[in-house]
Amino acid sequence: MVIVLVIVPLVAALLAFMVPSDRVRPWIVAVTGAAHTAAAVAVVSLGFRLTNISPWLELDALGSLGIVLVSIVFLVCAVYSIGYLRIRSERPNRVFCTVLLVFLSMTSLLMLSQHLTVMWVAMEATTLATALLLYFNQNQRSLEATWKYLMVGSVGIALALLGTLFLAYSALIGLGEPTLLFSDLVRRAPGLSAPWLRTAFVFLLVGYGAKMGLAPLHTWKPDAYGEAPGVVGALLAGGMTTCAFITLLRVYRVADAGGQGDFARSLLIALGLLSMATASVFMVGQRDFKRLLAYSSVEHMGILVLGIGIGGPGIFAALLHTVNNALVKGVLFLSAGNIHRAFKSKRLEDVTGAIRRLPISGSLFLVGFLAITGAPPFGPFVSELLILTAAIDAQRYVVAALYLIFLAVIFIGMGSTVLAVVQGEPPEDPDGKTYRESPMKVVPMIVSLVLVLIMGIWIPGPVTSLLEAAAKLLGV
Amino acid sequence: MPPIADTVLIILLLTNFFILGTASMRAMIRVVALQGILLSLLPIFVESHATLRLVALVFATAALKGLVIPSLLFKAVRDVHINHEIEPYLGFIPSLFLCATGTAAALLFADQLPLAAAHKSSLFVPASLATLLAGFLVLTTRRKAISQVAGYLMLENGIYVFGLLLYQSMVVEVGVLLDLLVGIFVMGIVLNHIQREFSSLDTEHLSRLRE
Repeated sequence: MVIVLVIVPLVAALLAFMVPSDRVRPWIVAVTGAAHTAAAVAVVSLGFRLTNISPWLELDALGSLGIVLVSIVFLVCAVYSIGYLRIRSERPNRVFCTVLLVFLSMTSLLMLSQHLTVMWVAMEATTLATALLLYFNQNQRSLEATWKYLMVGSVGIALALLGTLFLAYSALIGLGEPTLLFSDLVRRAPGLSAPWLRTAFVFLLVGYGAKMGLAPLHTWKPDAYGEAPGVVGALLAGGMTTCAFITLLRVYRVADAGGQGDFARSLLIALGLLSMATASVFMVGQRDFKRLLAYSSVEHMGILVLGIGIGGPGIFAALLHTVNNALVKGVLFLSAGNIHRAFKSKRLEDVTGAIRRLPISGSLFLVGFLAITGAPPFGPFVSELLILTAAIDAQRYVVAALYLIFLAVIFIGMGSTVLAVVQGEPPEDPDGKTYRESPMKVVPMIVSLVLVLIMGIWIPGPVTSLLEAAAKLLGV
Repeated sequence: MPPIADTVLIILLLTNFFILGTASMRAMIRVVALQGILLSLLPIFVESHATLRLVALVFATAALKGLVIPSLLFKAVRDVHINHEIEPYLGFIPSLFLCATGTAAALLFADQLPLAAAHKSSLFVPASLATLLAGFLVLTTRRKAISQVAGYLMLENGIYVFGLLLYQSMVVEVGVLLDLLVGIFVMGIVLNHIQREFSSLDTEHLSRLRE
């Protein structure tokens, strides 16, 4: 039953590929997205133990959280892309729409997978699919971004494969058979060969960390997010990085159960702080507002692994932050996409007074900035605060201090760029043609923002229990 | 593990040095093809019975890594009329030195890891890690897109060698083959586009996106 979440988008992808009309295709994507969200919510609220088909595919709490989240992000992006593809009608969208649906299918497979190889195949497929999305504009710059993305992404995915093999070897030596089923691995983890388990964790962390965009393997991110259409950026920053984080959490769970928790957590803290530091260096004085968002994504991936590294209540906080980050990234990237279109530039030299020219997108960009940097009453405020208190509770004062310093630097750096974009007088439009904010391009952002606001004021009960169940899986 | 397997692995290690030391694109691709053929021999040493699966794996590896992909790369070299020099960012001597250091480190590191009884006294683990490192070196220090793809292939080869230690679990080779097929396929398409956009396959052109 639960496999429907994988198959339906694939069938829809085939349909989208065969439909000849460029106008109909985006609607197929959006309708499939809506059906997928409804189905995902239904499956998760019916209870995730209900629908096992094989031990390889099963929806645990972590997967449930991920599948609903990615599905919502996808729906937001799908509705937005109806409006976006309408103004880009000069470009055929057959590949774009098909690949979007394949992406949805593969992320669902990833959330369901309880076997490391299946999970790896799903991650690989998502990588390839997103490479095609990045190349939508088909110019020299997007080609460069795609090439860099493919190179770093492929190396990451290759290292993750080697890490997977190491884990299997660790099981071969310790347990006598090379099992890669998570349930087996977690249950029998104390028997795994410790040196191989540690090596495997390092390789998997580097490999899937590259997909998340953790420093120092974040180099593809500014180029990819900078050159891709805003909607692809939103899908990558809200969807794909979430997938990579979930895979990493599953691996962490095995390492923790195998007695390598302290080793794993210290690595996560180091990478988290390094990512935040890298982001803060490049965000101060950033002249390109889409690259700014890319570095913001590096920062928040850092915060996520930092939360896990702190452990205890930090795990719940990190999971909560996953939700908040994905939703706010939707607002930020989509509004940035609108601003980019309207000004035909993403450099501060050309873009001022966005609020005047695009009242809704400009304001949402500003509010999105406030939300992501942790201003109340939005969701990230709660999760970022919880990570801070978790660090203090764990008596990691240095980590807490560095975390606060980086957050402050990033707030100031990001703020100066964002304010320069939204304030002031817009330059004269040479074409005299103003860019219209059609409902299709505005409503998805507002919905995202409302969700973030709800997460900040009062987290709905079912969401809390899902987050708690997922945190419990990770050993809290 | 018969000593003949170790001989093959030692030849594999030597080819790594050759790839890092050569200045000719064609020679590089030829040696990458040779690596593919060497890899296709290895499954024979981990499985003593001539099963259908073994035969299929040997032939598929030889065909893909030894023939199809190298000839695609050759075709790319022919089509773009670039000069056939490798043009590294890092000179040949330092590259070879790093490769030697990497190989030594791989041997030392692999020595620390416990091995299953059947795999004792074999070079599979160090050869895998050393080839992986050499591939990474080619990938990061060579300028042209084709040599970067060759580097990626070496990286894959390293993983393949380790995958053979887990011969009994099928999924491993499915993963390796899929990765190889799709990765190279997509890279091939992008190579094609790079060539069309820039009339060259020099990744030096891909440097507009900078801080």
